[in-house]
Amino acid sequence: MSDFSNDNGWIILLKAVFVFVFLVLNVLIGIWAERRIIGRMQNRPGPNRAGPFGILQSLADGVKLALKEDLIPKGADKLVYVLAPLISVIPAFLSYAVLPLGPQVRIPFTDIVTPLQLTDMPVAVLYILAVTSIGVYGIVLAGWASGSTYPLLGGVRSTAQVISYELAMGMSLVSVFIVAGSMSTSEIVAGQQSLWWGITLFPAFVIYVIAMVGETNRLPFDLPEAEGELVGGFHTEYSSLKFALFFLAEYVNMFTVAGLATTLFLGGWRAPWPLSAIGDGVLNTGWWPLLWFTIKIWLFFFLFVWLRGSLPRLRYDQFMRFGWKVLIPAALAWIVAVAVLQGVQQFTDVTRQQVLIALAVLAAVFLAMVLFWPKPKEEPAQAPGPQGEFDPFAGGHPVPPLPGQTLPVSRRTRERVPVTAGAALPGGEPVGTESPPESGAGSGGRSERRSEGEVHGG
Amino acid sequence: MNLAAVLGHPLVAQAPVTQPENNLGAGETALFWILAPLIVLAALGLLFARKAVHAAMMLAAVMIGLAVIYAVQDAQFLFAAQIVVYTGAVMMLFLFVLMLVGVDSSDSLVETIKGQRFWAVIGFAGALLFGIGMVTGFMGGRFGVEKLEFLPPTGLDQVNQQVGGNPKGVARILFSDYVVAFELTGALLITAALGAMVLTHRERLVPRVTQKVLAQRRVLANRHVAGLPAPGVFARHNSVDTPALLPDGTPSELSVNRVLRARGQELPANARVDAVEEISAEIEGAAPKGGDVGDRTERGVTGTQGPDDERVDGTNAPVEQPQEGRTR
Repeated sequence: MSDFSNDNGWIILLKAVFVFVFLVLNVLIGIWAERRIIGRMQNRPGPNRAGPFGILQSLADGVKLALKEDLIPKGADKLVYVLAPLISVIPAFLSYAVLPLGPQVRIPFTDIVTPLQLTDMPVAVLYILAVTSIGVYGIVLAGWASGSTYPLLGGVRSTAQVISYELAMGMSLVSVFIVAGSMSTSEIVAGQQSLWWGITLFPAFVIYVIAMVGETNRLPFDLPEAEGELVGGFHTEYSSLKFALFFLAEYVNMFTVAGLATTLFLGGWRAPWPLSAIGDGVLNTGWWPLLWFTIKIWLFFFLFVWLRGSLPRLRYDQFMRFGWKVLIPAALAWIVAVAVLQGVQQFTDVTRQQVLIALAVLAAVFLAMVLFWPKPKEEPAQAPGPQGEFDPFAGGHPVPPLPGQTLPVSRRTRERVPVTAGAALPGGEPVGTESPPESGAGSGGRSERRSEGEVHGG
Repeated sequence: MNLAAVLGHPLVAQAPVTQPENNLGAGETALFWILAPLIVLAALGLLFARKAVHAAMMLAAVMIGLAVIYAVQDAQFLFAAQIVVYTGAVMMLFLFVLMLVGVDSSDSLVETIKGQRFWAVIGFAGALLFGIGMVTGFMGGRFGVEKLEFLPPTGLDQVNQQVGGNPKGVARILFSDYVVAFELTGALLITAALGAMVLTHRERLVPRVTQKVLAQRRVLANRHVAGLPAPGVFARHNSVDTPALLPDGTPSELSVNRVLRARGQELPANARVDAVEEISAEIEGAAPKGGDVGDRTERGVTGTQGPDDERVDGTNAPVEQPQEGRTR
């Protein structure tokens, strides 16, 4: 870990203020940059009035938000309602305490040399996970305390989202721990001197990037505040400064996850390859690394904006299926693979080359099996089962039909049959005056019961 | 028999903080005296909160407070694990509260077990006396309550240095001395998860009709390939019970939800606009007829029919819309 022995109270305070200002400035520029970029993607100028290129727009918006009327709904749980934005925004700032923004630097105008990092601990990455999981309480509590339906739905969605995506996120980080042999951020950065983990642990990197979008409630995963479905989601009832705090928390969180991704997978503050070779690594010393770190987190920020500009929001069930059936199994399989590889290397005499050759052979065999495996014969469409008349009261209880039995036509469908038969003739009348009430499979939104009914009825 | 052993070490580890002559840092002592009352308050809040959600939040506060105390005592891994595990757990509790108890239902104050409050107070007072007796020793050995002898705190500094960091030390103990207990706990949790899945599992009678299947069926049938028309399209009001108008001006029944149709709750295409006009006519009452007519011609009505005339839509819409179509 870095050497923090020079730090006294004043230096720690200075660093804390520095981190705070760094984040707030990033957020202010970030909001403007996002609106400009997304404007460009949508063929419109975006904010361009306040200051040069409209760069003061977020400042103006901030002032406007602060001066707006602060409403507390009548049905709200007052204490929790007021606390929720704070719970959401404070942890957002706390996470940056353990992210290294640079190596040892000399504080300007003094002789004090100190790492460009507020603090570090042996469990720094776990600390970030812990703190972000507290931050989600802000969203959930805001949803509950508003005393209103849409915020509640947003809050509950957020709960489910966090539980499912934090798992994948945590597991993608585990492979970094295994390879780096540490959970301290400065040691993880130190371990990436020759090669970034983002390259060697590419699957984990991809999983983390997907999960981090889910974790920050950004499109395409912004279900807790889906404005098309839930008005504003958890912050529907919030106004003025309280809303501004949520807004701030969301953007700070984006920079936090981007900073974590940079630290764990993209070499942290280290200069990218061609630059790092210049002048015996002079660009990896002093204040230069702060620039590389900032550029890297802004690349992730651009990715966030790009995703927002190009992807539609997922439907809730698709979102859950993706999290549980794709991300988590993939993350688990990857952990096992990395752990086995690392274990073989540490506890046996097999070299890495041999292991990789063995893996390549295994992969080739697997691929050949998938390609040349004979296809199973087509099974008869109808599974064998009890045939015959369906007795809805078999054994004296109402029972569902067994496989092979069909439900009888419902009374309502029976009543409708003559109409349907008349209008559903092939090449019949154009859609118009006498439309059948039950025609076509309906739009996607109308549920499966309807089409099942149609199948049995027709 | 040593009661300290019976109680387990957490209490013993914390209690010496009250004795400043031990080798504890001033910061640690100060933090304990700030955090401990807060934790106790939160724990009391957990007991006495009326709303279940408040109780869950208090539980979270207690857990986070304990985590900070762990961090101060150099048990960093336990600190992070405590927060990660318990915030998730309390979140689940929160969901259960919402789903089982309801969003804002408060605790019912009816005593279901007779006299439980009386006995709870008695029991709590007894436990409190017992605890104070063990720490201060004022009972002097009566009822077997003696003053506890606390070992001098050693802290985790030395151990952490020896094994090369707190997480490594925890890992070494967990996966050597306690590996069986650890794996058994894992097996227990997986069994519980499997049990929940078995209980909630249900066989499908018919294959699931997915969005893809529905789309295929629509295309095969070649009817409403782009979905059914939405209510209110081209009509003069966009509420869900107002049918859309077809190009020839007739209302499309298909556009209204079938439930509303089955109940007979769909409105004629212009019913809402007509109702508004009727009421405004009633309010204006003696207002000159001319203003009313001018108002209506703005909206494209010829102005010869009465406001409550059903034929307003039928005759008006087809005249207007083809024109619009041509200009476009």
